[in-house]
Amino acid sequence: MTNMMRDGIRALPVVGVLGILMAWAGEAWAQEAVSMSVQPKIDTGDTAWVLASSAIVLAMATPGLALFYGGLVRSKNVLGTIMQSFIILCLVSLIWVLWGYSLAFGPDKGGVIGGLDWAGLSGVGTDPHPVYGPTIPHQAFMIFQLMFAAITPALITGAFAERIRFSAVLLFAGLWSTLVYCPLAHWIWGGGWLEKLGALDFAGGAVVHISSGIGALVCAVVLGRRRGYGTVNMAPHNLPLTLLGTGLLWFGWFGFNAGRALQANGIAIGAIVATHTSAATAALAWMVVEWLHRGKPTVLGVATGAVVGLSTITPAAGYVGAQSAILIGSAAAILCYLAIVWKARIGYDDSLDVLGIHGVGGITGILATGLFASTAINPHGANGLLFGNPSQFGIQGLMVLAVVLFTFVGTYVILKFVDAAVGLRVSADEEAIGLDLSQHNERAYS
Amino acid sequence: MKLIEAVIKPFKLDEVKDALIEIGVQGMTVTEVKGFGRQKGHKETYRGTEYNIEFVPKVKIEVAVQDSQVQRVIETITRSAKTGSIGDGKIFVRDLSAAIRIRTGETGESAL
Repeated sequence: MTNMMRDGIRALPVVGVLGILMAWAGEAWAQEAVSMSVQPKIDTGDTAWVLASSAIVLAMATPGLALFYGGLVRSKNVLGTIMQSFIILCLVSLIWVLWGYSLAFGPDKGGVIGGLDWAGLSGVGTDPHPVYGPTIPHQAFMIFQLMFAAITPALITGAFAERIRFSAVLLFAGLWSTLVYCPLAHWIWGGGWLEKLGALDFAGGAVVHISSGIGALVCAVVLGRRRGYGTVNMAPHNLPLTLLGTGLLWFGWFGFNAGRALQANGIAIGAIVATHTSAATAALAWMVVEWLHRGKPTVLGVATGAVVGLSTITPAAGYVGAQSAILIGSAAAILCYLAIVWKARIGYDDSLDVLGIHGVGGITGILATGLFASTAINPHGANGLLFGNPSQFGIQGLMVLAVVLFTFVGTYVILKFVDAAVGLRVSADEEAIGLDLSQHNERAYS
Repeated sequence: MKLIEAVIKPFKLDEVKDALIEIGVQGMTVTEVKGFGRQKGHKETYRGTEYNIEFVPKVKIEVAVQDSQVQRVIETITRSAKTGSIGDGKIFVRDLSAAIRIRTGETGESAL
């Protein structure tokens, strides 16, 4: 670590305190047009917004994430990598309609799961559900949530890039979305025990990012490193593709975070403002840190910074304002940068940094929500520690622990099962030839 | 007959090609290659992982010439490919035992 970096880190508490004071002052002046409790009645504006958001978030899974990851791997693996995001979208879409939505959002059973009352979308019609979007058709909520369910296991694919068997991806994604994602979604959004405790996760800091980050860690360790890791050149083969993916992810996040308001109102706008501000700040902060640490700012660095800013603000987007978002984005960049540097030292091969970006980002965001949440921004939320409610921070911490533990154990068990059933890794020869040819008989660039 | 192989800096290709055409060379084959001699490579960084890239992109020109032309071609390539800094490249001369023009079947020096 350079001296500059050490000084920079020492300066953090000062900057932090100043920033917190700023945010405090800023929030006190925040005035948002907020809708109070709503009667179930379809509003065309809200419905149009949620449907548009669903399509926008679809663009995140494919092509957004597919290209983001695709550009980062070696050219012999680009099709295999894209295939994983694409097929997981398809598989989870089907699962969601058949049983996933019911497990996640169905009528609560013991605070733990939603049961199968709504299997096959039975009972899920076009009339609004009183809780899940009282001004939009129930199916609009369902289809919007489908996109979240689809992208979460796709995020994990970054951890086992360039070495997993295709059949294992299918089996793993199907089991993980059913047995890990659906319960988590239920606990936090579907009327489960964490929601009842008052845990705040606006658009998926825990449900999507912590879960995929921890899932990725387990996968990276269980699957082991890529052959030649540390000696062979595994540099990204097409960074323009990755940047294209980054732009689509940023675009998609507007639907991801702002659509989660389920209404075309001030909360949605506030979420967009917080999201965008965090992304831009984090990209700049990453640029600064990398410039100081390594001597040159990189394109991959600012792209990563933006994504980190987006994932970290996700749980907080509907509860905080722009000043808090600046702080959250800065913290995200610094912490995730450090996480990636330490990953290189610890030596496990989370190939595309899912833990560093989504795991660390999600945890940071969930805890930041416990600090910065303000009912002045969103009366349906709660106040965080900095607005006079320290218990919220404790609840957020509990949510982090619960999600980390459940995901850790669940992912490990599923991986062991998949390994026994079809085998996890490709053979050494297949890995050398590349996934495109060995798993799909296809060549990306002829 | 001789086959002259020259490994040169890529941006010098057009200059070398024009110079060779000027002295009467009528054809050549060009490949993109990587290599290193005394020229060091460079560092690339991707998200916390550093790579030392030793190979440097180069271009290889192959020209088949009559023995009487060899010296002239070597001088021409040297003159047009040179920059004075490390990495200018090298020229190798190989014996060429036969040459055939596919279209007409001509052999030997009339195939060059």
